[in-house]
Parts: sequence; C-alpha cells; structure tokens
Amino acid sequence: MDWDWLTSNRALITDLLTQHVYLALVPVALGLALALPIGFLTARFARLYPPMLAASAVLYSIPSIALFIVFPGILGTQILDPINIVVALTIYAGALLVRSVADGLRSVSDQVRQSATAVGYERWRRVLKIELPIALPFIFAGLRFVTVANISMVSVGALIGIGGLGQLFTDGFQRSFFTPIIVGMVLSVLLALCADIAIVTTQRFLTPWTRAGRTT
Amino acid sequence: MNRSIQLVGAVVIEFENVTKRYPDGTVAVSDLNLTAPAGKITVLVGPSGCGKTTSLRMINRSIELTSGRISVDGDDIMSVGAVQLRRGIGYVIQHGGLFPHQTVLDNIATVPVLLGWGKKKARSRAYELLERVGLPSAFAKRYPAQLSGGQQQRVGVARALAADPPIMLMDEPFSAVDPIVRAGLQDEFLRLQQDIGKTIVLVTHDIDEAIKLGDNIAVFRTGGHLAQVDPPARLLAHPADDFVEGLVGKDRGYRVLSFVPIGDLPAHPVPTVTVGASMADARQAAGDEQWLLVLDADRRPIGWFDTTQPDVTSVEQRALRTVGTTFGGESSMRAALDGALGSPSGQAIRVDGSGAFVGAVSAVEIARHVASLGNVAVGA
Repeated sequence: MDWDWLTSNRALITDLLTQHVYLALVPVALGLALALPIGFLTARFARLYPPMLAASAVLYSIPSIALFIVFPGILGTQILDPINIVVALTIYAGALLVRSVADGLRSVSDQVRQSATAVGYERWRRVLKIELPIALPFIFAGLRFVTVANISMVSVGALIGIGGLGQLFTDGFQRSFFTPIIVGMVLSVLLALCADIAIVTTQRFLTPWTRAGRTT
Repeated sequence: MNRSIQLVGAVVIEFENVTKRYPDGTVAVSDLNLTAPAGKITVLVGPSGCGKTTSLRMINRSIELTSGRISVDGDDIMSVGAVQLRRGIGYVIQHGGLFPHQTVLDNIATVPVLLGWGKKKARSRAYELLERVGLPSAFAKRYPAQLSGGQQQRVGVARALAADPPIMLMDEPFSAVDPIVRAGLQDEFLRLQQDIGKTIVLVTHDIDEAIKLGDNIAVFRTGGHLAQVDPPARLLAHPADDFVEGLVGKDRGYRVLSFVPIGDLPAHPVPTVTVGASMADARQAAGDEQWLLVLDADRRPIGWFDTTQPDVTSVEQRALRTVGTTFGGESSMRAALDGALGSPSGQAIRVDGSGAFVGAVSAVEIARHVASLGNVAVGA
C-alpha cells in the first residue's frame, strides 16, 4: 500500500468517486421514473405482465460491455461520452424496477382496491394514496438491488474509458500497481454500503406499518 | 354532475327492473325489483353466482347497471357522480377492507378526509367512532395487521359510519371471523343499528346470518332472479318454493320459534329455596321433587339443586347445577325451549324485568302451547 500515491492523487480519486456516484445513481433515478408508469400499466393490464417479465429478463441478460460499445452507434454519441453508460445502466435499472413496481402494485389486494373505490377515492388518488404506498416495500427491495448492482457495474465502463472508480482498476492492472486497485475496491464497497443504508433509512421512514408487530 | 343528493335521516333504496348483463352475455342480475326500506336491514342471500353481490355493488356504482333504475330516497343514483355518491354510502367488506399502510385512526377518518372536513375534525370524529364500536382509544395508532379479525371488522364498521351516511352496504361482513366472534359481532351490530337506524343492505351466503340480522330477506336464485322477499319469520314459515325451502333448511320448524313471541305461555310454580338453606329446609321445600330451584336474596334464580345428591350438608353454591337460558316477556319461544332442553330439571325458568323468578315451564308444555297457536304465531 503506497500512501504517498494516495495523498498525491487525492483530487483524481475525488473526481472519480464523484463520477462514479453520478454514473451509478442517475440511472437509478431515471430507471425508476421509467419503471413507475410502465410498471403501473403492466400491473393494471394483466395481459402485459408476462411479456414485460420476458422483456425484463432479456434486457438484463445483455452484457453491459456490449451495450456500452453499441450505444455510440445508436445514439450518435461519442464513444467516450458518459451518456452511453447512463443510458445502458438506466435500461438495466428500469428493466428490474418495472418488475418491482408491477409486483408491488399487484400485491395490493382486491379487497383494498375495492374498498378504496367504494369509500370514494378517485382513481388517481387511489393509486397515489393507497396502491403506491402499499407497493413501496417491493419497490424499495428493487431499488436496493439495482443501486448496489449499478455501483458495481459502473466499473465495467472503465474498459471503454469512463468508469468512475473502475478506472483505478484498469490503471492498477496495467501497471501491476495494487494501491489504486485497493483504493477503488474499498471506495466502491463503502459507496454501496452508504447507498444501501440511505435507502433502508428512507424505507423505514416511509413504511412504518411493515415493522409494526402483531401485539394482540 | 355537481348536483348532490341530500341524504338526511333514513332513506329508502329502490331497484326498478334492474338488469346487469356483461359484454360476454352473462346475465348477473335479471330484472330485479326490490325495495330496501328506510332504517331497516335488508339481507340479500343466495348461493354463489346468484347476483346478490352484483346487486349490492350496483348501489354505489362499483358495478354499473345495464338497464333499469336504482334510486336512493327517490333520486336516481346516476344523477350524481360515482365518487360523490360513494362518499355518502358506508361500505364494509370481509376483513373490513382496511388499508394496511394506514393506522386505525387514519382508516376510520378516510371519508371525512376525502370530504375535506379538516384534519382535526376528522380525527376527533374517528376517536368517537372507535369508542362507538367498542375499541379502546389506544388502538388508534395501531395498524390493521396488529388487530384480530373481529377488531378489524369493527374498524371497518367505524370507517363506514365516519361521515354518518344514511346508507350502509355490507358485503359478507362477518364471514372472515370464527363463529364465536361472529355471533358477538352480529349481536353488537344489531345493538348499534338500534341506535343509528341506517338503511342497511347486507350480502351473505349464510341463511342463519340472514335470519338473525335481517328485517327483510331477499332470497336470490342462480341467474340473478329473486325467489322471495319477506321478513325472516315468514320466510321460515312459508318458503315460496322448493328452492327457498331447501335454502332455509330442514330445521326451519325449530328456527321459526325465534320469531314466536312468548305471549301468554303459562308458567307454573316449582319448589324454591334460598341459597345457604340447610338440607332439612331443602328437603321440606322439595317434597317429592328431585330438583329444587335455588334463588338468591333478590329471588333471582342461581341454580338447580339435586336433593338426592349425597355428601351435601347445605344448599351451597358449589352443589348447584346451572340454570341455563332464562326467558322473559320479550324472549322468543326458541329461548324458552332452549332453556327447557338445557336445564337439568327439564324446566325453563321465566323471570321478570328485574331477573326475579316468575315460574317454570317444561319442553312438552312449550310444544303444546306452540301447536295450539298454529300458523298465527308467525304472522302468517
């Protein structure tokens, strides 16, 4: 472990970490934004659910490196444009989160939906105030998985030159110099841990009923 | 759509030639004509697929009717928006249909909040209803999963009543709880209804529940046809056809006794003794009789004493057999017969308003008396 390298490259490491956070989390947000309406539609129209599951599995099975390389051609972007990574990871995140959203909404019992309608909820208000909150535990489970997966997948981008902390790995391997590799690994793990804690904390705050024990 | 039906006090619900036909041609309800009288409990009963639930759900437009007319207090339900209509109609389903992510208090306050009452007023109303359905206010902060089935059901009723709607629709409200809890909830529900006098339409597949709860019972047969509409006593005494007869069951002759008032059922004296009396006093009071009715200081029956039992020195509490069901002037013949059949001496005990002993009657005497009444007894 070369501590001098660490101090002299602090600015670089900070930049890479920031890029890593950006590349990992922006796709989660975009993926969720896509997944909410699509998941809502697949939950609402039972016929859409099986094809959605299939599409989700197919999308997720495409190797990330293939997507990173193919996108500049499709999107007309530069090969080194971070947008390629963002779009690719958004697709992964969206593909998984659509299932979480749909499964969450499908977990709302007919009884609850029926009684919400019967007491006089308008449709949109029922979705926002009743169905979506009940779906939250599913959505959060998806978010946790997707966030951690994205944080690890960003590093693959280093193979095409933009991969946040992943660049520390390529750099270290090329030079057989282990310090940047260790730093990259430690920071990736810490980042994943912090993100997970943040999500779990938010979930605890938003879904207090899931922790209420049976006391009677 | 902004016209609103002013629902004040009890209102009548009327079905006129109502039909529900689905796009695939299935007819769920066929030309239904039915009136749910104001302030009464109308029970829709029948086998599954008979259209009873569809009929119920057409009232609040959860299911839209195909043809015909449903009116509430004379106004067509189509004359207001569905959402507005529903906020004026209480709704209870199995398990109460509670929202699992909301506290008991928020569940109850649902309709007041939707109506824009303001948080404070909605909450204080919710607390009031929590008490009304017999739940401690400590339950307010709990979530539905923390309650038993019976408690959830009460919260469901509280939620339905929160905005004080004149109508309450109940879809199999008590079927998800075990029989003992169910009987308790039914009794409570009837007591509550005596106070609030809502127009209630209740769906059940359980004919016993229908008979217990209904002021009027509408029996549906498969295909959405109405087989008979009558008060329970009449339904039991005079089923319209074989279908209704099959539904009300073979022991309807016994159950109909629930609706036969005691009237002038004669009671006769039996030997009595006050609790704590000596064996000598007891034997003297009993004469040739084996059983002696034991009374407390206020002449309320507390048990039967067997004068032939050995090893007893006085008429003490632990030597008594239970009295069983007692009956009074307000009771039914069924209560009297139940008392007689469940009593060790074969005698049912009649008491007055204060619970004091009036007289006794045997099962044979009850049967003879009922037979002498003929069909007059059930209002035929």
